[in-house]
Amino acid sequence: MKRIVILGAGTAGTMMANHLRDHLKREDWEIDIIDEREEHHYQPGYLFLPFDIYKPEDITKPIRDFIPNGVNLIHDAIDRIVPQEQFVHMVNGDRLHYDLLIIATGAKIAPEETEGMLGEEWQKSVFDFYTFEGSLALRNKLRDWEGGKLVVHITEMPIKCPVAPIEFAFLADSYFKNKNMRDKVEITYVTPLSGAFTKPKATTALQHLLDEKHIHIESDFAIECVDNERKMIVDYGGREIPFDLLVTVPTNKGDELLARSGMGDDLNFVPTNKATLQSKDYENVFVLGDATNIAASKAGSVAHFEAEILTDNILRYINGEPLKEEFDGHANCFVETGGGKALLIDFNYTHEPVEGTFPLPGIGPLRLLKESRINHMGKLAFRWIYWNMLLKGTHIPFVSTQMQEAGKEF
Amino acid sequence: MDKNIAGVTIQVNEEGYLTNFQQWNKEIGTALAQEANVDMGARHWDVIIYLQTEFKNDVPLSIRKIGKSGVVDIKEFYQLFPIAPLKTASKIAGIPKPASCI
Repeated sequence: MKRIVILGAGTAGTMMANHLRDHLKREDWEIDIIDEREEHHYQPGYLFLPFDIYKPEDITKPIRDFIPNGVNLIHDAIDRIVPQEQFVHMVNGDRLHYDLLIIATGAKIAPEETEGMLGEEWQKSVFDFYTFEGSLALRNKLRDWEGGKLVVHITEMPIKCPVAPIEFAFLADSYFKNKNMRDKVEITYVTPLSGAFTKPKATTALQHLLDEKHIHIESDFAIECVDNERKMIVDYGGREIPFDLLVTVPTNKGDELLARSGMGDDLNFVPTNKATLQSKDYENVFVLGDATNIAASKAGSVAHFEAEILTDNILRYINGEPLKEEFDGHANCFVETGGGKALLIDFNYTHEPVEGTFPLPGIGPLRLLKESRINHMGKLAFRWIYWNMLLKGTHIPFVSTQMQEAGKEF
Repeated sequence: MDKNIAGVTIQVNEEGYLTNFQQWNKEIGTALAQEANVDMGARHWDVIIYLQTEFKNDVPLSIRKIGKSGVVDIKEFYQLFPIAPLKTASKIAGIPKPASCI
């Protein structure tokens, strides 16, 4: 009997547990999945919680509900991996031997990386919405906020769901309009990149949204510190941006476990082959989802496409066959634009988001890079798909693992 | 598209980044730096060589990574390339613009 150990029971790890249990005989392979948490969070919901669109109970369910029969769920904290010996060491002193390891420990915010971010204004006028707690605290703040300078800010790339901050700015515009106080709020979007959109086709198609919604952009801003006393963010070049309410996306890092195991890069992301998803350092270690260092978006849709390819590659690895270099960086994301509308974008390592139809070439019904109500309905429907199909590894009809070129305008 | 610089023709994208790193050489780097109003010195070249090495290893670049590279700290990086330093230095190095999503 051999053993596969999956670290992390989030989106990526849960999908792998479901896929692999379907494909591997129970008498040959034991599958263990380790996560110290009790609850699975639908992370896209963190965007909606601050605006009272979703309630906390909409976005949390027990992890156990999504782990298939025949997979052992271990609720304990991991101390470190010793890849040379093929062991996972638990904080409680247990050791678990593996024949094959899957790292799906995700990414989390690290506000301590920026001087002053965790200062006295943290969760008073400085908030994040990339954690359940942060998003809920921000909801409570927004409920009675009387207006002023709202600054939506990205600390540095890479971050999970790179479009979430601009969606936050769009939804904020709608939210304050609905509360009849849009004239009391100045919205500024601050990014370390060269603009809110940086790819040429997306910029052409989307720039007008910023103008319509009166969102002011400050680009190329590399934050040095949060000045709590003066309520300003300051960059290395000396630029200062004042705020009354700062909604920031702090630095994102991989799990500290990877630093303790000597397996991460400077942000604790694991060096991974971008086409096969095998670790660059250990052949029996595979990595997917937000935990990798590959240049794909850190998003659930990416983890979903990766899981399908990684399942094939793990089966090949077990059978001693060469791995297929199939992962193309495919991502597919709804982008909320406020006012009950959304966009849909589809892209990969080499193709920037383009216009066209999705998922059926020439038919849709969803239109790429165009704002519409049906895209918004798609985003809301996606929560059901996530809980009922995606996590369980059910293939989503018409949505292919690699990006399709038909029906798109390159 | 084609661009004539330092006596040769190179291929660049619409934002002026080289699309084929093989075409890069130090003269082209110097000329691209002049277009960006950067006067190249030894410290500038240390940074450029570091960026190119990371690019060849498929490592996505960020300001942080440069700050922790041991080559320069972020303050000095801004002194060397005062305006949008990572983009400017990437363009001079002949490597793609640092990645983002849309």
